[in-house]
Amino acid sequence: MKQLFYDNLDQPGLNTLAVYRRDRGGYEMLAKALDMDPADVLHELQASGLRGRGGAGFAMGTKASFLPKGDMDKYVVCNADESEPGTFKDRELMQKNPHLLIEGICIAAHAVGANKAFIFIRGEYQLQADILEAAVDEAKAANLTGKLDLWVHRGAGAYICGEETALLDALEGKRGNPRLKPPFPAVQGLYRGPTLINNVETLMNAPIILRMGGGEYAKIGTERSTGTKVVSVSGCVQRPGNYEVPLGVPSREILYGLAGGPPEGRAIKFWFPGGSSSPVLPGTDEYLDLPYDFESMAKAGSMLGSAAIIVVDDSVPVMDVALKTAKFYRHESCGKCTPCREGTNWTEKMLMRMESGEATPMDLDIMASVCEQIIGNCLCVLGDSMAMPIGSMIKHFREEFEAHIEAARERNGLGMVA
Amino acid sequence: MAIDPTRIPRYEHGSRVPGWDDAVDLTKEPAVVPDPATTPVPAELRAEIEQHMSRYPDFRSAAIPALHAAQRLHGWCSPTAIEQVACVMRLTPGYLTAVATFYDMFETTPKGRVDVYVCTNISCSLRGADRIYAAMLDAAGTDPDFHVKSFECLGACDIAPMASVDGEYVGPLEEADCARIVEDVKAGRPVLESKQLRHMKVAGSEE
Repeated sequence: MKQLFYDNLDQPGLNTLAVYRRDRGGYEMLAKALDMDPADVLHELQASGLRGRGGAGFAMGTKASFLPKGDMDKYVVCNADESEPGTFKDRELMQKNPHLLIEGICIAAHAVGANKAFIFIRGEYQLQADILEAAVDEAKAANLTGKLDLWVHRGAGAYICGEETALLDALEGKRGNPRLKPPFPAVQGLYRGPTLINNVETLMNAPIILRMGGGEYAKIGTERSTGTKVVSVSGCVQRPGNYEVPLGVPSREILYGLAGGPPEGRAIKFWFPGGSSSPVLPGTDEYLDLPYDFESMAKAGSMLGSAAIIVVDDSVPVMDVALKTAKFYRHESCGKCTPCREGTNWTEKMLMRMESGEATPMDLDIMASVCEQIIGNCLCVLGDSMAMPIGSMIKHFREEFEAHIEAARERNGLGMVA
Repeated sequence: MAIDPTRIPRYEHGSRVPGWDDAVDLTKEPAVVPDPATTPVPAELRAEIEQHMSRYPDFRSAAIPALHAAQRLHGWCSPTAIEQVACVMRLTPGYLTAVATFYDMFETTPKGRVDVYVCTNISCSLRGADRIYAAMLDAAGTDPDFHVKSFECLGACDIAPMASVDGEYVGPLEEADCARIVEDVKAGRPVLESKQLRHMKVAGSEE
């Protein structure tokens, strides 16, 4: 299987400039890019068909092409605020190969004409931030970053800062609240200047694309989901971890082949294909045989998201997962938009009613309608990110919810609802 | 049929759901930007904050790094800590309090010196995180040095269930490990060295 990132990723010293340059041809592609016209670099990125690896899956080259030309201050921001539950790919990539990210940022900055760049890393990733800072210092000392002013900025723990405009607010020293779009960051982002904001893995692909050529890169994966993807598999599997696969491999191969499937004697009940924000898919053949790429996951009613597969086996009540999910989004909602702030709060309350035995099956419909009214009605997708998985759990496991409600009512001495 | 109110679990404040924030004292005068003449700031803290401020086109971007520095020095984002940051950055304490209360890593109430964040999100809880969190609370007991907090996904589901001990990621944890964590911290040893994330190889490689 073709591996672009994970080929000997554990090589000792790979996080140092010396080894990165000696064994990986480090910073050669940056030199090549600097010799090219920015428009040609952009063209290679577009030709690769690379789609954003952070969650939304927007074409990276197209996003970069939205930045206006001209001499104004422009920014590149690397989104390293990996907080989507189940996702841990950027953490491993940054820790083990930080210079690939720095090279990618420098190439992207050249392509869009940016003079300042920030790596916004979540505050909890202290080891990774230390490693990145050391690598940035090394690159600066070797004069590799050139005119680009690059800094590592540590966040302080907020899921919402993974949303690009909230991240920009946090980077400007405010509470991380999302902004109304448009204007999109490409036109008016950090300090109101044009800003390219990309995920760690997306930017790390830039040197690889330049080395292979955009056209050649596009041959990996499927027609509209090009390249390889680092998939984080966790939950009820035998070998949780990051696995790099070409996009479009059967999902079964990742869940069973690489991650070893559920524990002995258990079956997969359902799985989140792309982090806790993605609608769940049942563990039936119909879904396990789907190719793992952007289109197939969308067609199945879910999404590839950040490619974090969370597996839930048949020993786990769906209610537990729903409650954890709702609690998380209630805690992380920034509070700016009412449908999300109130919707996540009420969804958690209703689930707690179901647990405590005060609910009736009618509450399921109320909950589903609350979820429906969050979707599309907020500045960002945090509320949707709760509404969609909860909605999908009700859709696929309605009977289990109803049985749970009845059992809780009986425990509470409230009897059956006719 | 009537619901027996005593059988419904409630939080300390009487509600069935966790609350949002404490009420605001509306009678208090708003605090202004502290006067440097009457606000002593330790030289090292001032230097660190000023260095952060110099990195950004807009100095306010240094708010989060500055609060990190102040929390490290004072142990928590105390009114004094906030006032010192406000004094150096020429911002109101209110602005910084708004920032500090937004982020999970800042504490605006006194806390123990050692942060133990136990991940209790989906992936970790599928592997018993709630038991680990309870065991960790037990192990730390009433020791004022420890600040045990259940945390949202820390981005290490490959070593679930896991915890971050002052930034050091350790896992997969068993309940017995919690006592070890407390011992290691007290003895000043590296925490659970054999279970530290920094030594982990990529998944699927031979150990």
